Amino acid sequence: MRLYSVLRTSTKLLMPPIMLFALYVQFHGDYGPGGGFQAGVIFAVAFIVFTLIFGPVRARQVAPRWVTTPMCAVGVLLYAGVGLATLLMGGEYLNYNVLAHDPHHGQHLGILLVELGVGITVWAVMVSIFLAFVGHDGDDEEEDDDPASAWGCDEGTLIDAREDDRA
Amino acid sequence: MEHIIDIVLMAFMAVAAIVMIRLRSLFAVVMLSGIFSLLSASLFVVLDAVDVAFTEAAVGAGISTVLMLSTLALTFRDERPPRRRDPVPLVVVLVTGAALVYGTLDMPHFGDPDAPIHHHVAPRYIVDSPVEVGPPNMVTSVLASYRGYDTLGETTVIFTAGIGVMVLLAGSWRRRRRPASGRTPGGTETRS
Repeated sequence: MRLYSVLRTSTKLLMPPIMLFALYVQFHGDYGPGGGFQAGVIFAVAFIVFTLIFGPVRARQVAPRWVTTPMCAVGVLLYAGVGLATLLMGGEYLNYNVLAHDPHHGQHLGILLVELGVGITVWAVMVSIFLAFVGHDGDDEEEDDDPASAWGCDEGTLIDAREDDRA
Repeated sequence: MEHIIDIVLMAFMAVAAIVMIRLRSLFAVVMLSGIFSLLSASLFVVLDAVDVAFTEAAVGAGISTVLMLSTLALTFRDERPPRRRDPVPLVVVLVTGAALVYGTLDMPHFGDPDAPIHHHVAPRYIVDSPVEVGPPNMVTSVLASYRGYDTLGETTVIFTAGIGVMVLLAGSWRRRRRPASGRTPGGTETRS
């Protein structure tokens, strides 16, 4: 992929702001539009852009399978765990009022954790689905510099899409 | 003014939908469906539903387009032309469309403040959520607190969908790769 120097450089420039924006959407969702779902998608977009430019082999080095697959479950478990915590602390399931001394603080904490759970699951699922689609789960593949084989497909539409961009 | 924007956006969406049906190149269809999502996101912004617009722009115009493109990489780039004209789909579509239009006749008018949806739980959320829950963004209070069960269900659906896709594709890919390694590139090869 050393041919596309403009694409590579702009991807490297774009990724940090995309991720920062995702975090902003995640943790500012109480005050403005946004929340866990959108933030997870945007955070995944950073990884997808990376995959489009650098290929799935290197993407799997950045987001290895042992991170993304468990993370799918971690988000749901965090969400359900907040519900269990409220049960144990004497409230109803997912009644955040009991999480702190002040009901408002409890609600705030509960919503923050729950949205974080949604964000983690959405991010992990989106990245996993995308990497599964491009057919490279990084199990049995060796590192390869040739873009076509790094993609694991000879006539990948995404490679053609990049060509279309360039033309 | 707002009505003009609505009508223009709707007209663009209708044009995009019709062009999508007519086209045989799936690459162009995927791009148009992204444009369709972006147009509907703009429509949601006009309707002041910024949270929904945000989701539609991120998921509909962003992720779905990328996922469909990668699906094309796994399958084909062109739709097979139909063998013969079959009247059954046309009849089904016309009947369904007529039923839907008939259904809208009973619905409250666009923006009607007396519509039932504005008199059920909405007033309670608007009045009580700043006191009961707190966050200034009411949508977050409704989604994460009042409707916490629903959102937990949605998250579980996403989780299940992700696991399903991973299981399906991981299995089929491993089986396909071995014989596919000697496959010659198809006619769509444009690399030089």
